[in-house]
Amino acid sequence: MSKIICQCGHENPEGSELCQACGRTLTEAAAKRKTHDVMRYEGMARRSQTYHSSIIDKIWNFFSSVKVGVTLIFITLVASAIGTIFPQEFFIPQNIPAVEYYESRYGIAGKIYYVLGFHDLYGSWWFMLLVAAIGTSIIIASLDRGIPLYKALKKQRVERHDSFLKRQRIYTAYEGNASDDVIERIGEGLRKRRYKVKAENGHLLAEKNRFSRWGPYINHVGLIIFLIGAMLRFVPGMYVDEILWIREGETRSIPGTEQEYFLKNDGFTLETYQEGDSEVFDQTIQRTGAIAKNFQTDAILYKRDENAVAGSQDELTEVDHHAIQVNVPMKFDQFALYQTDYIENELYKMNFTMDNKETGEPVGAFTVDLFNPETSGVYELEEGYSVELTGYYPDFSGFEDGEPQSDSPLPNNPAFLFNMVSPEHPDGEVAFVAIQQNLEPLGPNEYEISFNGIETRDLSGLTVRKDLTLWILALGGAIFMFGVVIGAYWNHRRVWIKKGPDSILYAAGHTNKNWYGLKKDIAPAFEYAGLDQPMDHQELKESDSSAKEEEESGTTRQHK
Amino acid sequence: MAQLASISSTLLYIAFLLYLVATVFFAGSIKSKKHTNQTGKNRWATIGITITLIGFASQLGYFITRWIASGHAPVSNLFEFITFFAMMLVASFIIIYFIYRLHILGVFALPIALLIIAYSSMFPRDISPLIPALQSDWLAIHVSTVAAGEAILAISFVAGLIFLLKDIDLSKGGKQAFWLESVLFGIILVLGFVLSATAFSVAGYESEFTFVNADEEETTVQYAMPALVTPNEGELLTEGAFSTGLEMHELVNAPRLNTVIWSIGVGAILYLLIRLITRRTVAALFQPLVKKANLDMLDEIGYRSVLIGFPVFTLGGLVFAMIWAQIAWTRFWGWDPKEVWALITWLFYAAFLHLRLSRGWEGNRSAWLAVIGFVIIMFNLVAVNLIIAGLHSYA
Repeated sequence: MSKIICQCGHENPEGSELCQACGRTLTEAAAKRKTHDVMRYEGMARRSQTYHSSIIDKIWNFFSSVKVGVTLIFITLVASAIGTIFPQEFFIPQNIPAVEYYESRYGIAGKIYYVLGFHDLYGSWWFMLLVAAIGTSIIIASLDRGIPLYKALKKQRVERHDSFLKRQRIYTAYEGNASDDVIERIGEGLRKRRYKVKAENGHLLAEKNRFSRWGPYINHVGLIIFLIGAMLRFVPGMYVDEILWIREGETRSIPGTEQEYFLKNDGFTLETYQEGDSEVFDQTIQRTGAIAKNFQTDAILYKRDENAVAGSQDELTEVDHHAIQVNVPMKFDQFALYQTDYIENELYKMNFTMDNKETGEPVGAFTVDLFNPETSGVYELEEGYSVELTGYYPDFSGFEDGEPQSDSPLPNNPAFLFNMVSPEHPDGEVAFVAIQQNLEPLGPNEYEISFNGIETRDLSGLTVRKDLTLWILALGGAIFMFGVVIGAYWNHRRVWIKKGPDSILYAAGHTNKNWYGLKKDIAPAFEYAGLDQPMDHQELKESDSSAKEEEESGTTRQHK
Repeated sequence: MAQLASISSTLLYIAFLLYLVATVFFAGSIKSKKHTNQTGKNRWATIGITITLIGFASQLGYFITRWIASGHAPVSNLFEFITFFAMMLVASFIIIYFIYRLHILGVFALPIALLIIAYSSMFPRDISPLIPALQSDWLAIHVSTVAAGEAILAISFVAGLIFLLKDIDLSKGGKQAFWLESVLFGIILVLGFVLSATAFSVAGYESEFTFVNADEEETTVQYAMPALVTPNEGELLTEGAFSTGLEMHELVNAPRLNTVIWSIGVGAILYLLIRLITRRTVAALFQPLVKKANLDMLDEIGYRSVLIGFPVFTLGGLVFAMIWAQIAWTRFWGWDPKEVWALITWLFYAAFLHLRLSRGWEGNRSAWLAVIGFVIIMFNLVAVNLIIAGLHSYA
């Protein structure tokens, strides 16, 4: 590795822009660059700026570039925006295939959207690749800059070459002022402002809040941890996302818990705001109609005894008992149960009577549990009367070859085949009963089954969630916030005071940001030493140019 | 409670008027002949900031009384949220003002806050009860932090706008002059919306249509402005109301498009009138105001407000948002459009900071980025709620 030897004799690694000892500019190119750019990483050699030959160098240089990083951010930004033009696949109705949905609803634009794969944009390989590229860029760019910066700030020399000081934006050479007393006073003033002041041969280096420079690197570490956490979701066992539909009164095993936990729905409640609840809400309720107030499942959590038979519900011990509401999940073990959905008034039981057709007199009443019809199939009525349930079609859809059909086991449209036993007909008469439909398939009957009301109950839709990545995400987020706050709310400020020949006092100041703050911060120290505050050369430049402008346009006189 | 709610509305109205008066004083402060350096103590500016503080106190009064009356933090619908955003904008302005004492900031920040309050009051202002998803302490925490973050970021837009008004040479025309004029035109369009909506509301205009929506269901819809476009298979129910009979596609929200057309129409007329009467571009009209502005200081303020606002926005818009989403919606992130646009906002300002820190994008470019950032924030605030339906559609 070749070295650059500075005039002061210090050996600097190849690629350095400023001498690490005295601060002299080492190369022609560095001399031409803006001070602010050179000072950003203290003029240190950075791998990406030094080596360009091997393939690894090229990859390193690609990802270490902020230009590349920002480009990746912008591509991700635009892609994310495209993903919101039409709803993503997981937001569209589940009963329509995506390929049809987009075209039928959004026409040709929807079709293009679907064909390009934008309906699942955030889950697409190229979007993941973009995020991965940003992650790589964050790591490499941080290493490329953070390490040299750390080294440079760690071994700062107090005395810098005049040329280094002269380059700074805040710089003044005070003639005839370089007395030890003045320097002492400046140092004292800066110390009062909580600067750490180092003195060497009468020169000063005052510095504060160096930690703020680590902010970007810390927040990048936080981001990487967050991204790792997000990736871990795909590791089996880390993440559970299940839906538990549970009817009032039912006890079901909680999916994802390997039959270890069971939940009983002790009742579902849906409340809406009523007019008069609070007079200030009345107007809104009148304008928009009913507004939901509460969705709640009163839940009892059971744990199965360890040596119980799998699948059995006999040996359950109550563990927890409380209401699950939106915003109030039930937590157990590493799981949480959330109130996310409901179906109101699902058919539960149907009441019937068996009547004598001629007199209209009922001879008995019975109730069919639509989920659990009488297992023996016989409903005993009054003396000598009974009804036999010979066929049950919970989701009746019509006849096929004379046979009634059921679409599903859910009682959406229940139909029944009954055999009515009476003293007159000990073998029974056959009746087919469906909603709004009464058939007598084997000829006219003497008795009939009449519908006598229903009982309903609600279904509660609960989301079962386990997410073992949360703590990693929280850790990443916390580190990110810490880094971003120290980087944004504090500023690294330095002041160099140099005793030059002929009693000239050189003063220079540098900050990574917030120059206005730096100037205000150091002014009292200079005042205390009896000096004007050092000049801001950028501001001078600007007021020069605006003065010139005003002269040219002839407006100066107006505001004098 | 109803009385408290009406006191609350009055306090907001007073705040609005006070901001208006304060703007006049800030304008006076930069015109003042005695005062050329544009910062520091100045009698006009002192009066201006005092009135601003009283106005802010009044708006804070609106916020607190409305909170008490409704029993929840008044940030639960578009009116409340946008009003709160405007309040945070004023608060951010006050803070930045006391750091830098730059008077010209008030001349632009306060009118923008005024316009935002006016805009917010075009949405239903009733106090509504909270739906179950919003019944959480996180409502106040998340929403107020987001609004504060966005408001601080918006100060960078104000500084950027002033910077550009001074920096861009309008006499030569060109791209920058065109886009600057476009930004100002956009602001005039918002004014157009406020004016037309207020005019029709004062006149008591209302009409109703039946129409067939995208799910093939027949429903009704209210129009607050005369119908220039009508909904899919729309039929006018209100007698004597105006309708062009120009039917829109079923996916188009016709009453909203109608409002947009009216706003653009009124805004464009307003803009043309300004151009005809003054014979200058709007940017050129504002330019004399900023002649004495200090570009370096404006650049610094723009950057500083992004630095202060970015962590606040991250905390409210991403961190608190994710925590609450995990509690209310079972997952910390679900690619809901509002979430995505918060991410986009965050990515944008992250890019802003990287361009500034590492690539030296200062001054003019930084100011343009601040303007674009504000456009993104406004898009997320308004358009995502109104155009892209999602979990956050609480208007």
